[in-house]
Amino acid sequence: MTSSTPSLQSFVNAPRILFAPVPLSVLQPLLQRVASNVVRTRPGLFERLGTHKSTRFLIDPTNLPFAVLLRPDPNSVLLKAVRRREEPHHDARIAGTFLTLLNMVDGRLDGDALFFSRDLQVTGDTEAVVSLRNALDDLEGSIADDIASLLGPPGRFALKRLRALKRRGDEG
Amino acid sequence: MKAESARPELVCPAGTPAGLRTAVDAGADAVYCGFRNATNARNFPGLNFTTDELTEAVGYAHKRDTKVLLAVNTFPPAGHTDLWRKAVDDGIALGVDAIIVADMGVARYAAERHPEQRLHLSVQAGAPSVEAVRFYCEEFGVKRVVLPRILTVPEIRALHDETGCELETFIFGNHGLMAEGRCSLTNFATGLSTNMDGVCSPASHVHYEEDRQRNLSTRLGPFTIDCFACGQSAGYPTICKGRYRTPGHPEGYYAFEEPLSLNLAALLPALMNAGVRALKIEGRQRGKAYVQAVVSAWRKAVDDVMAGNEPGLDNLLALTEGQKEGQGAFAGKRWR
Amino acid sequence: MQRAELTMGPALFNWKPETWRDFYFQVADESCVDTVYLGEIVCAKRTPFFEPCYAQVTERLQRAGKQVVFSTLIEVMTERERRITVDLCARDGLLVEANDAAALYHLRGKPHRVGPFVNTYNEQTLAFLAAKGAEHMTLPWELPHGSLAILAGKAAALDVTLEVPVYGRMPLALSARCYHARAHGRVKDNCQFVCDQDPDGMELKTLQGAPFLVINGIQTLSHTCLNLTHELPELCEMGIGAFRLSPHSRDMVETADLFRGVLDRRFSAGKATARLEALGLNRDRGARDQAVPFSNGFYHGQAGYQWVG
Repeated sequence: MTSSTPSLQSFVNAPRILFAPVPLSVLQPLLQRVASNVVRTRPGLFERLGTHKSTRFLIDPTNLPFAVLLRPDPNSVLLKAVRRREEPHHDARIAGTFLTLLNMVDGRLDGDALFFSRDLQVTGDTEAVVSLRNALDDLEGSIADDIASLLGPPGRFALKRLRALKRRGDEG
Repeated sequence: MKAESARPELVCPAGTPAGLRTAVDAGADAVYCGFRNATNARNFPGLNFTTDELTEAVGYAHKRDTKVLLAVNTFPPAGHTDLWRKAVDDGIALGVDAIIVADMGVARYAAERHPEQRLHLSVQAGAPSVEAVRFYCEEFGVKRVVLPRILTVPEIRALHDETGCELETFIFGNHGLMAEGRCSLTNFATGLSTNMDGVCSPASHVHYEEDRQRNLSTRLGPFTIDCFACGQSAGYPTICKGRYRTPGHPEGYYAFEEPLSLNLAALLPALMNAGVRALKIEGRQRGKAYVQAVVSAWRKAVDDVMAGNEPGLDNLLALTEGQKEGQGAFAGKRWR
Repeated sequence: MQRAELTMGPALFNWKPETWRDFYFQVADESCVDTVYLGEIVCAKRTPFFEPCYAQVTERLQRAGKQVVFSTLIEVMTERERRITVDLCARDGLLVEANDAAALYHLRGKPHRVGPFVNTYNEQTLAFLAAKGAEHMTLPWELPHGSLAILAGKAAALDVTLEVPVYGRMPLALSARCYHARAHGRVKDNCQFVCDQDPDGMELKTLQGAPFLVINGIQTLSHTCLNLTHELPELCEMGIGAFRLSPHSRDMVETADLFRGVLDRRFSAGKATARLEALGLNRDRGARDQAVPFSNGFYHGQAGYQWVG
């Protein structure tokens, strides 16, 4: 962790770093970049969310030491890493392993199927979650790919590693 | 066994523009979709098309020889029929191949205002008999009837033989237990109507509660629809898929049906022989991943049957609700 | 304003044939209703039990000055169901209420009624059905008052009488599958008519014990009992001409008297409801918390189970 910026390096080493109890301040700049990038490149996402632009979503990767708070208002997107014990105020919570959530955002796995198989948990404002799911699903390509590209070759490498991890998990 | 019939049309769900392109690319012969309002029976948050999106989608589909069927298949409440008329007019103006209608008033409007336009009768109109099919065909010039999921294959064949009408049946997806277009269970529990608002167990009234042992309760409005032990696969809280108690079943039982999906892969040759002209995949509310997997599997299955081979559908089970599947009423009268 | 008509809808549940017959004899001899709908509309398999009583019951009702209307099956699919429907619709001199498009097919072009199982949701559909010969239509349970008012205006212009259900458990769904048979580990073909054990429907409770729905063969109804006594004046004012009571196993004569009394402004809706509550479905089961609550949510644009006081 000597040459790159901290945020970039943390993504390259995502599997290891993410599972470790890193200070959230390390993640925040990365999340901020992701948020502004999505706002710039994916305006349709927000339009499809309708009234749920002001909903506070707690995206909770259950096997990571932190969760992410999202308020998808294109005028001031909130995307913030939070500690679970802080019990951040939210309207809806989507929880699952990091890879499950990544695959859902990617449109690679069907959200309904994940819910039916109990891999995904939804609490709170179900309509908001359904809106977000449907809005994400209308995106062409993958937000994860966008983010990875945003970070350059190291980002793409990290995503590839994550997906390989997922495939191994499926087979094992 | 080689099917004697003509190649059927594979009719696939399109909940979003991306979903539509996915279905077209995966081999759909036709896609069905609706506007983003109460005029269609899948009026779910974040789903469906604006006029601009549909214009673009029709262009995409037509360039690839895929038809676009527009569902205007709810029942307009009194005083609000303009929105449904506009949906019919807009759909026709932007070149959809057929309008799928359920309400008699909407059907009459479409038939009188746009006599050249091809009309399909939605499953929501509930026409399972020779007389009902004739009624809609004769009164409104309906060209195709989408059958409710309550008939056996021999009954479908008889209906086809007696009416000569072009028939469409569901082959895969959510399995509605109640006669479509005649169910106000959702409105009873939530105040939103399936027939008028185009919703069924609307997410706005759905609650999931998981306790510390990961037991999950699903609720619609104030009513508990089902409970699942940790690790047990779950279902969406649809009233007709819920578990209830009676004196004879004090622990609760699936009074209507267990959460399962319809999968008629094994009946595909029989359906084609019975004269079914179009095969419909349910799931406009499902994601692209579902559409991609299901449409390509069915594309292959239909092509297999046409080539005289046994159809195989290996990977669809993981996408089905509650991860179980069945043939419902189609398999025979013992389902009833 | 014309005198509002009070009607007794078709009996929905599988009563013993003699209970069924005696119910209608009592309606003929003692009740104040103006019109009575006859016919097994839920399950074609039950039809043979009641058919032998039709002539006798019709005669008794007509002698008592009641108008008799025959109501068709709500689901027409099999050969048997189709045959029953065509037989009913083809009979001369019989006033028939259509509950399905198959019946509309047979009845178009001649005077008939349209029942609440046909989706008459808006003024265009109403006008279409009127043009086909419908002179009297009963509207679906789930319509809110705004819809009823608009439809009443349209109906008046077309000289069609509109009827609204005002009492009884509300039919909410139907299926090809018999849920009574399923509850008893059977299927429809070998059901042994187990539905006759539940004269007001088989109650379904949620897993947490809250009463929710009732099953009647292929039909699913509300656990709550519709009661629009309080809404009667408003309904009359908007031009609804007839009000339907749906038969239950007890006290229907007095129930009819209570509704007649409110229509004639002989007593208040509050008083009628208090008395209806005392009569209440399930009253004989003892415990007070077993009483079936009233609901009027659909009318007020709320969830159907709700009671808007």
